[in-house]
Amino acid sequence: MAHDEPRFHVPAPHVRPGDTPDFSHLDLQPAGEAKRPDPSVDGMETRDLALGLIGVLDHNHQAVGDWNPELEPDVLREGLRHMMLTRAYDDRMLKLQRQGKMSFYMKSTGEEAVAVAAAMALDKGDMVFPSYRQQGILFARGRDIVDMMCHCISNSRDNLKGRQLPVHYTWAEGNFFSISGNLATQFPQAVGYAMACQYKGDNQIAASWIGEGSTAEGDFHGALVLASTYKAPAILNVVNNQWAISTFHGIASGEAPTFALKGLGYGLASLRIDGNDFLAVYAATKWAAERARKGHGATVIESFTYRADAHSTSDDPSGYRPKGENETWPLGDPIARLKNHLIGLGEWDEERHTALEKELNELVIASYKEAETHGTLHDGPLSPVNSIFEDVYAEQDWRLRRQRQDLGV
Amino acid sequence: MNMIQALNSAMDVTMDRDPDVVAFGEDSGYFGGVFRVTANLQKKYGLDRCFDTPINEAAIVAMAIGMAARGLKPVAEIQFADYIFPGLDQIVSELSRIRYRSAGQFTVPVTIRTPCGGGIRGGQTHSMSPEAFFTHIPGVQVVMPSNPYDAKGLLISAIESPDPVIFFEPKRLYNGPFEGHSGGALSSWGKHPKGEVPEEHYTVPLGKAEVVREGHDVTILAYGTLVLVAQAAAEKAGVDAEVIDLKTLAPYDIETIARSVNKTGRCIVSQEAPRTSGFAAELAAQVQEECFYALEAPIQRVTGWDTPYPHAHEWSYFPGPERFIHAMNAVLEA
Repeated sequence: MAHDEPRFHVPAPHVRPGDTPDFSHLDLQPAGEAKRPDPSVDGMETRDLALGLIGVLDHNHQAVGDWNPELEPDVLREGLRHMMLTRAYDDRMLKLQRQGKMSFYMKSTGEEAVAVAAAMALDKGDMVFPSYRQQGILFARGRDIVDMMCHCISNSRDNLKGRQLPVHYTWAEGNFFSISGNLATQFPQAVGYAMACQYKGDNQIAASWIGEGSTAEGDFHGALVLASTYKAPAILNVVNNQWAISTFHGIASGEAPTFALKGLGYGLASLRIDGNDFLAVYAATKWAAERARKGHGATVIESFTYRADAHSTSDDPSGYRPKGENETWPLGDPIARLKNHLIGLGEWDEERHTALEKELNELVIASYKEAETHGTLHDGPLSPVNSIFEDVYAEQDWRLRRQRQDLGV
Repeated sequence: MNMIQALNSAMDVTMDRDPDVVAFGEDSGYFGGVFRVTANLQKKYGLDRCFDTPINEAAIVAMAIGMAARGLKPVAEIQFADYIFPGLDQIVSELSRIRYRSAGQFTVPVTIRTPCGGGIRGGQTHSMSPEAFFTHIPGVQVVMPSNPYDAKGLLISAIESPDPVIFFEPKRLYNGPFEGHSGGALSSWGKHPKGEVPEEHYTVPLGKAEVVREGHDVTILAYGTLVLVAQAAAEKAGVDAEVIDLKTLAPYDIETIARSVNKTGRCIVSQEAPRTSGFAAELAAQVQEECFYALEAPIQRVTGWDTPYPHAHEWSYFPGPERFIHAMNAVLEA
């Protein structure tokens, strides 16, 4: 029998299904207010930035304050296009999953800026260790869409030979590490990679992303200990999209007011940024990359955002959060905000936006048609069955050779 | 050389030949490791080639993975095999699968060295032989040497291997050979033929076992400390036993094993670890698959007990010569 009062503290969100969405409790620092220190600043001097919120785009969609990266309109339009393509791709793939074309899918709706702006601020040679919700990086780095789809439907052209769940991409050519399904494991790996970059004496850095829920994992702690101890040239991104499947952020944050603040405990430069603000994500990533490249060590960046859709195709958020919560998120939608900023600059308009949306939708539809010519999960062709025994080791030993024979391939 | 010096020499020659080889672990840097296996390497090669790490085995393994993905050849030390479990997720879900899940786009040739086994009054947290867990992970190789010569040659092979290796070092053998008698003076590797270790680079191949005692009546499969114990037991019992040192457990050398058992018709499998679901069980299963019609008696197992490794009663736990003799009698009487 349930007790009226819990006997110990279990945090809970203040609204649940049936309630009216409400974010009035959030005390968000206005865009333009946060000061931008020199990237060489002592990590402990970033306390205000870890507790505050770095934003560039204000309510009027104007770029304001120290952190304004002052990007050329062409760069802004490029960013807008990558984010819109990410969304068009996600929307299409969800529909295809619902039609039974793939086993599983994960959208990044509402979080496109977190991936796209960061990827554009990094050098293409920088190694990224993403989680499963940063597909925007692939678009920003120019990966072939057909290749991405071939992976998701595990067909004969899947560059991972059908071994990974959809969206668990790998793209070495684009310096995109293999995505794990086990949470936070990539965080300390990225630090090791960054240390090796320094060892090799080049200018390359590493960046990684995990969700706020995964900061509870030991590997989050391990990554920060390593990064701080060895002053590794790494960017450690915590994407706080408020929800870890059905579990609200408070189950991971505990009494800590922000996730960025956790970085301060390790003496690392730590920033909390508006993750739905393309310019803020870009500027913060540039700052952290410069800090890393100049030998001042790692930065923890909490991107404050909202997972506007379900965790995955196996999840239904109506069971744990109010309907329409995404529409009331006080930091808006990253695509709409950058679009309005560009319109305000006189560098974009509704007609062009609608035309681009149409163009990208058509691109995605045509790409999928092409992807299917290389096979589908259900009807094949897939990678050859004997490929399941490949790449376990560089060479197959007697065990794998015999088992392959046992399977008759 | 003793086994510590041989392992140190393996790291020294590989670090000298290849600037991508780096070594690290808890107390591994300045101090050279609690067992001194990395002694003097920091002094000789610099702070960034042999360094101390925070006490976080998951982070140590993950750091090695990241470094290997960038082209280094990391040799990570886990201070005791009993401490490896916080790093298990990084080994099971990451290290072992990066080549596979990236379809060869990324590879992580990491060597994880870790001292294992009992016989040094280590109690339950410094005596484990957890090798069986690791033989159950596709994508890693598992090695355990039984003497200084092999230790050096196998460690060099491990470091130079394109795939990850979990390298178990039986710490009871670090300072001298051990035949399973707890009392008496400690013998020295200096007087043992396998203690003659060349200074220079050489390799002992992974995946190859060695017949270390030829015989006709029974085959004893052993690795690590029990190789010497099995040989001593055969001498003491006057049994014409063939003893095979497996050296590599994953992948183990089925050819050498099957050739011997088909010749002797009898087999004892052994391990220091607890009995149930140990690596010896895998050996027994495979031997009966390969050699069933040659077998004249049920396969016997010599193992530790299904208990944690006790402190005070260490020698009642350790599978010493008497347990081997008992098994030899059983398998020969059958």
